[in-house]
Amino acid sequence: MMRAPSFAYRAPRTVAEVTEILAGEGPRARLLAGGTDLIPNMKRRQQTPQTLVALRRVDGLKAVRSGGGLLDLGAGLTLSQVLMEGSLSPGQRALKIAASKVATPHIRNMGTLGGNLCLDTRCNYYNQNYEWRQAIDFCKKAPAGEAQTEVTSGTCWVAPSSPRCWAVSSTDTAPALVALGAEVTLVSSQGERRIPLHQLYFDDGMAYLTKRPDELLSAVHVPVLAGWKSTYWKLRRRGSFDFPVLSVAAALKLSASGEVEEARVTLGAIASYPVSVATDALIGQPLTDEVIEAFAAEAARPAKPMDNTDYNLSWRKKVCAAYIAGALKELRGDSLESLGVLARTGARLPVLH
Amino acid sequence: MSEPQDAAAQAAQAQAAQEQAASDLAKVSPPNGGAWNVVGKPRRRVDARAKVTGKTLFADDLVRPNMLWCRLLRSPFPFARIRSIDTSAAEAMPGVKLVLTGADTPVTYGILPVSQDEHPLAQELVRHVGDPVAAVIASSEEQAQAACEAIQVDYEVLTTISSAEQAIRTPEPQIHAYAQEGNTHKRVALQFGDVDQSLEDAAHVFEDVFFYEGNTHLPIEQHASLAEVDKDGNLALHSSTQTPHYVHRAISRALELEPHKVRVIATPNGGGFGGKSDPFNHEIVVCKAALVLGRPIKICLNREEVFYCHRGRHPVLMRFRTGVDAEGKIVGMDLETLLDGGAFGSYGVASTFYTGALQTVTYQVPRYRFRGCRAFTNKPACGPKRGHGTVQPRFGQEIQLDKIAVALNKSPADLRLNMLVEPNSLTANYLTVGTIGLRECIEKVLEGSRYRERWGNLPEGRGLGLACSSYLCGAGLPIYWNKLPHSGVQLRIDRMGAVTAFCGATEIGQGSDDVLANLVAEVLGIDPSDIHLRTGATDITPIDLGSYSSRVTLMMGNAAIEAAQRARAMIAEGVARKLDVPKGRLVFSGRRVFDVEDPEVGMSFREAVVEGEALHGTLGTTGSYTPPRSPARFRGGGVGPSPAYSYSASVVEVEVDPTTGWLAVDKIWIAHDIGRSLNPTLVRGQVEGSVYMGLGEALMEESVFRRLPAKRSPAAVHKFPSLLEYKSPTSLDMPEIVTYLIEEPDPKGPFGAKEVGQGPLLPIMPAVANAVYDAVGVRIHENPITPEKILSALEAKRKGKEPRYGPTSFPEIDWPEPFVVTPPWEGGDGSAGNAPQRKRAATKEVYR
Repeated sequence: MMRAPSFAYRAPRTVAEVTEILAGEGPRARLLAGGTDLIPNMKRRQQTPQTLVALRRVDGLKAVRSGGGLLDLGAGLTLSQVLMEGSLSPGQRALKIAASKVATPHIRNMGTLGGNLCLDTRCNYYNQNYEWRQAIDFCKKAPAGEAQTEVTSGTCWVAPSSPRCWAVSSTDTAPALVALGAEVTLVSSQGERRIPLHQLYFDDGMAYLTKRPDELLSAVHVPVLAGWKSTYWKLRRRGSFDFPVLSVAAALKLSASGEVEEARVTLGAIASYPVSVATDALIGQPLTDEVIEAFAAEAARPAKPMDNTDYNLSWRKKVCAAYIAGALKELRGDSLESLGVLARTGARLPVLH
Repeated sequence: MSEPQDAAAQAAQAQAAQEQAASDLAKVSPPNGGAWNVVGKPRRRVDARAKVTGKTLFADDLVRPNMLWCRLLRSPFPFARIRSIDTSAAEAMPGVKLVLTGADTPVTYGILPVSQDEHPLAQELVRHVGDPVAAVIASSEEQAQAACEAIQVDYEVLTTISSAEQAIRTPEPQIHAYAQEGNTHKRVALQFGDVDQSLEDAAHVFEDVFFYEGNTHLPIEQHASLAEVDKDGNLALHSSTQTPHYVHRAISRALELEPHKVRVIATPNGGGFGGKSDPFNHEIVVCKAALVLGRPIKICLNREEVFYCHRGRHPVLMRFRTGVDAEGKIVGMDLETLLDGGAFGSYGVASTFYTGALQTVTYQVPRYRFRGCRAFTNKPACGPKRGHGTVQPRFGQEIQLDKIAVALNKSPADLRLNMLVEPNSLTANYLTVGTIGLRECIEKVLEGSRYRERWGNLPEGRGLGLACSSYLCGAGLPIYWNKLPHSGVQLRIDRMGAVTAFCGATEIGQGSDDVLANLVAEVLGIDPSDIHLRTGATDITPIDLGSYSSRVTLMMGNAAIEAAQRARAMIAEGVARKLDVPKGRLVFSGRRVFDVEDPEVGMSFREAVVEGEALHGTLGTTGSYTPPRSPARFRGGGVGPSPAYSYSASVVEVEVDPTTGWLAVDKIWIAHDIGRSLNPTLVRGQVEGSVYMGLGEALMEESVFRRLPAKRSPAAVHKFPSLLEYKSPTSLDMPEIVTYLIEEPDPKGPFGAKEVGQGPLLPIMPAVANAVYDAVGVRIHENPITPEKILSALEAKRKGKEPRYGPTSFPEIDWPEPFVVTPPWEGGDGSAGNAPQRKRAATKEVYR
């Protein structure tokens, strides 16, 4: 079998201890926030940290608090805990759906909210074992024998003439939380900062996070969004178990007469970061088929899929508008059955036990 | 001829027919009188509890004192010449005990006598990414891996050949010097009757090109092996293999050992599906290392390495030219296939013939020509996967029949029902069809799905598709020529009432152990759980050729019945003497032996065994099975014959989104002609497992290879060699399946049973394609049938182009003149008019 490289294992109990370790170790340390992404990557040698800092025993990362129009979720909550969280408001439904659609129950029982937000970007030239990458002479995101944080001059095999890396943001909870207007807290030994979630991400497949190596993502703050509706549609080959090849998170506030008062739409898995699209065209409009389809066609424009995930890129581009439209029609009140076979892959919640 | 003689001959013939009928009836009747003891009763399989509780030991569970680990260094290049290998740094690494290279393993091996083209470790050439170059044996797996990375190999990179089309037009550099020509491994051509005339005379001729993408077996258990020199000085290999006998032969050959000094024990396979049917380089390497070091050596491949072993479905490009009469009945068929074989022969020559073998056993094909070509490419070798070689042309044939029906304004169901092969008949290519339950299969799925009312009448976006198929119940010929039995079963029965059944057959999850226990229990009137099973170990079990070609139930089953009947007779003699009852009146049932006319007169099975042992001495019997000889006497006629053929029919219901091409399979009806269900629970499991695997091939599975810009890199790597990204459905992705078992006992099978492990896979892929047509009016001529392809065809349709996705042309191939065989109904005798007859001794195999 493939075996993980050896590493030092630290299991602190408090956030302060975590940040202290990070301050000392710097980029040589990685946070272990479930490990469902990191450990396989270590086995394949994409990441070879010297130290793993396990967050499992840090109780301070598992709190849930309501107040001030916000729901504060500890970043150490497992995805299963998030999707079962009783205090999620109806307006926050997109988060519940997104969490429920990450991988499988086993992985959701291990994987955490913070881990999913920091999920490594994916690319099918990159998510391969060492020997495979050796056979293509490696790519710039995972060069031979070097840590990922090193800046290298390798090739991006997705776009060989491009100077950058095109790995894809594949987190499910990030687009949902960006559409819900969430903020995150980052803590380091230097102090604490709170930023809108969308500012956590860079448009770069390698340096995809603005989080510094010495920082810990400790909490997520989600507006209660009274009077809003939200949903999350995830396109993937298998309804049971796959990363997204396209996702649409949409949140709307409608007036009593059915016009859109506020709207946020964020697309996942079509770039190296969650892409929010302008919703001006919806504001003040009723959600008729014409309005939705005109908006969807425009909103699909920023999607520039590359040939580095499942499915071919031109189809992924073509399906984008239909998917955005489907999510908005669901928020308008259409039943999933009426939205046809495509909706079966989208928003339906799995049976919860 | 005088009249009285004529009458006598007729009478003799009638009597022979009567006797045959009586014997056939006896073969499919309960061996203990009126009722079945075990057969036909749904039961939990004998190995189920051990498997679900973790008691079953798979190869990777085996551990030995002093055991060492093996890792293989594999080629990073698809095609390269090895200039030099420097192992000195690796040898000095901690824990390293031995480093092997090609120089240590110079003898070739391979599954077929005609393609002994593999080396345990590469010699001069590496032929695909993942081809093993060196092996390190060390105290731990990590140490072995680290030392592999320290081996320096200097390669001269050669031009990558990555597709069959490229291979047939690129003779140099040659992947194998023994190829028929350039990188064309093998071309074959067979013709049965004047096909060209039939096509000329046909009312309509349909020409279609299809492509079936390659895919792999995806067993959950990775291949693992443990080799050791046992206390008697024999080499013992425990390995996850479907074919311990063939592995035994390969090891003896490649390591130049006396075969009787080698033992191969097949551990229970955690899935095989054809992927563990070849002898593998890692098996021979650990054996070599065990001989050198005298210590147990273990290897367990990782998932990527399983993709390198491959031997999966060949990608096949095919062209069908089919002539039909005004009613749509086939009058002639001309089929060409081009197979992408990958880097080695494997079963490829047989696979090539199989792409042309079974077109004739479902529908009547009066005249037929088949030409097949297999190419070598720099990718892991293709081989047999469930449905071996027959899946790809079945996909094409069943889609083409659907097109013919639509073109002639007929129901696809009636078109098929109107031309089914007759029972007890000979096909144009001299295959002997016995029982055929296909009509009942078709009627069942039509009824279940209400196909007759609903096909063609469902709302846009919803559709039904029908397809049928047939498969072998065991290859009629062994892989190497011999006159010996294909399967043997041995029983030992002692005074404690213990029955042990020995057979070389290999449990790969398909339930062969359960079949063995079932049949012995049926004859001896005991419970299957009463029987100790020892299977798949070449030192203690009689030879069975292995778990491939759906041969085990029929071949092992007949051998088991023979052995059990012999044991029953010996015990019955003892009991008859003791009870003073004629032995013909004794019944074995409910763990008792008793007088059928007075059931009170009898004794327990154990007491009965004591009487048998008292009379005969130690009780032991054998049974064996050799398939009937095929009437085919032309070269190439060895692939396709089988003692019996199973049949399947399926209707699939789909929903397609016209905007995006998104496809969902909602329900599947499948009927399978099983002959007789020995254990219906197991049979249904195999049917549903086949449907599952077929659906994976239909919708998503594909072994595609990544090339990079040629001027930057020669790479040719499997696009996604992982369980996550090689897409295969999970149980949660399965639709509802309605299964019908059609039971028309076939006297060639054990108590009438036919195969079920492979056949029900075949109709699924074309049925999905046909359902997509019914739903949105587009033809997908290439699997997997994905939303991208459907949308592309829908776009073509909207633009007024041919509403179709798939290949449009078949390359020019320099076909040899076919061997021409006259079909039986035109007076043929099974031999080719223009070619030497098959020389049976020509491929005689000699151990080295």
